[in-house]
Amino acid sequence: MTVETKINMTEQDVRAFSKAMNEADWMADFRADALNKVEHVAMPTPDKTKIDKWNFTQFPKHTVESATFSSLEELVGEAKELVDVEKQQNLYIQHNNTPAYISLSDELKEQGVILTDIFTATREHADLVQKYYMTEAVKVNEHRLTTLHAALMNGGVFLYVPRNVEITEPIQVLYLHDDAEASLFNHTLIVAEESSSVTYVENYLSTVEEAKGLANIVSEVVAKDNAKVVFGAVDVLAEGFTTYVTRRGVTGRDARIEWALGLMNDSDTIAENITHLVGDNSSSDFKMVTIGRGSQKQNFTTDIVHIGLDTDAFILKHGVMKDATTSIFNGIGRILKGATRANAVQESRVLMLSEKARGDANPILLIDEDDVTAGHAASVGRVDPMQLYYLMSRGISQEEAERLVIHGFLEPVVSKLPIEGVKKQLTEVIERKVR
Amino acid sequence: MATLEIKDLHVAIEGKEILKGVNLSINTNEIHAIMGPNGTGKSTLASAIMGHPKYEVTSGTIKLDGEDVLEMEVDERAKAGLFLAMQYPSEIAGVTNADFLRSAINARRDEGNEISLMKFIRELDATMELLEMDEQMATRYLNEGFSGGEKKRNEILQMMMIKPTFAILDEIDSGLDIDALKIVSKGINKMRGEGFGALMITHYQRLLNYIEPDHVHVMMQGKVVKSGGADLAQKLEAEGYDWIKEELGIEDETVGEEA
Repeated sequence: MTVETKINMTEQDVRAFSKAMNEADWMADFRADALNKVEHVAMPTPDKTKIDKWNFTQFPKHTVESATFSSLEELVGEAKELVDVEKQQNLYIQHNNTPAYISLSDELKEQGVILTDIFTATREHADLVQKYYMTEAVKVNEHRLTTLHAALMNGGVFLYVPRNVEITEPIQVLYLHDDAEASLFNHTLIVAEESSSVTYVENYLSTVEEAKGLANIVSEVVAKDNAKVVFGAVDVLAEGFTTYVTRRGVTGRDARIEWALGLMNDSDTIAENITHLVGDNSSSDFKMVTIGRGSQKQNFTTDIVHIGLDTDAFILKHGVMKDATTSIFNGIGRILKGATRANAVQESRVLMLSEKARGDANPILLIDEDDVTAGHAASVGRVDPMQLYYLMSRGISQEEAERLVIHGFLEPVVSKLPIEGVKKQLTEVIERKVR
Repeated sequence: MATLEIKDLHVAIEGKEILKGVNLSINTNEIHAIMGPNGTGKSTLASAIMGHPKYEVTSGTIKLDGEDVLEMEVDERAKAGLFLAMQYPSEIAGVTNADFLRSAINARRDEGNEISLMKFIRELDATMELLEMDEQMATRYLNEGFSGGEKKRNEILQMMMIKPTFAILDEIDSGLDIDALKIVSKGINKMRGEGFGALMITHYQRLLNYIEPDHVHVMMQGKVVKSGGADLAQKLEAEGYDWIKEELGIEDETVGEEA
């Protein structure tokens, strides 16, 4: 079987879409340019996962039209529980491909903070968006999926934090997917100017059982000198999607990016995270947890690139594998020549709950500088029978003991998520998936 | 009064017999001490009573008030009233000490009859104060990064919170300095009384200076070879084990493997 890779959209289509979304002209050109390159750019080759049979190009519809929300009360079920209906400000909700709700406090507006859907941003904040959109953290021509994303982007958000502005309350974005035909080419762009700080949380939530579309998602974080960005995400995309999600960061001098990702998709997923520690003394802390179930195939590649002096990075990945799932955990600490006194540490742990599940943890250190420190730990194993014995000896049933061990194993990310509703949701998703 | 009765217990690990017919009967309101040199099967007895997965009971019985303990899963044994303070407690990342303790207490209660959060916190605070434990030990992950002494104290904390009918304390004194030993002993002495019995396993008579046993047993070659009162422990302290070996004609007291 060969996989059809021709895109069923023309330059005219993407220009028409750009126009329909009322984007700035530069964006229409940007899209058309990317579309014309798609066929000439190679597919990515995620280490140890063969994706040549995966469908990344065929989808039923580029855009679906969905309802907007005039109040958070209109949300239902899980989506409603994710947001604080009474208090939540500083929130963007996208309903499939439709920007459906936006709220930003007057206080933040007065400080110059920008939170807007990506289409509007291309027009109203053209200078900023054009400067950072797929220029630093992710490049259009990296591989076919980024090129395709550039051409077909159909949603997303722009968050801008001006110099010296410290936002204390988290900013939340909910990407709600409840139309099986929808495809998500979402783009999150976060720019934190010098000495600013912000906590951002994005939720991908499918409420349909099965998806027919594609998810080709890009999130970019630019943390300028001395800025701090905490980026949390909980992805719960339905089975049926082919998902490529890349989340990238670039740090200035003394800047810090912290990632806390709960990657709970039921779809086949390539999740890639790259942080470029460009500025001296910048740092990144990456934490992710995942649960694989069914016959899901996933690849989690985390790459932190040390470019500046005294850069510091820690990667922690914990995965629970059930049923006949296959997951690859690649952790890469990359220290370039000149990144003196860099420190790259990583830890990957995979807990196997089934004989048929596969989980590979591959720690990789690529070091081209002498005066550095680096370390890695990786393990793949079953629930420790001694832990179960210990818990059971206190009267806790085997089922409950296993639950405690698994929750404990995934706790590093759950505890880091800054929004109560999101923390609760991730706990519930974990509960549902390990049952 | 409750009774834990062990009769002619034989236990093997990986096919090798370690316990070769242990007989022991413990009532509530009694504290028993099992002493003996290394490698005589003392810890194996403790593990077998609790149901450690690696130990296989090949024959004999353990009964708690007539109920067959060997038929019970590990959690059922705990719910029936048994508790083992372990020599090497597991570390469980991501689960806080307090959450774990509450789960353990509630596991012994019926649904709808769970301990109230306020009552739990009050009891936990008071018990931790008695054991001179730092407040933050409650929110730390279960045994993770605890020092040897902190782990021992945490075992005693669990015992005092769970309030078992019978506690088996496996070398609760090993690695403790004298101050810590006094604190741990204070906790155990507090439990002493009508509804509580204990079996303390130790190498050292020192522990028995702080917790006076009602009965002392000596194990050798996988059996209880001598029983007596508190004075037996004192004699062992003064004269060692050689006189018992001589009396019984034992040359090598071990079962070949410390377990």
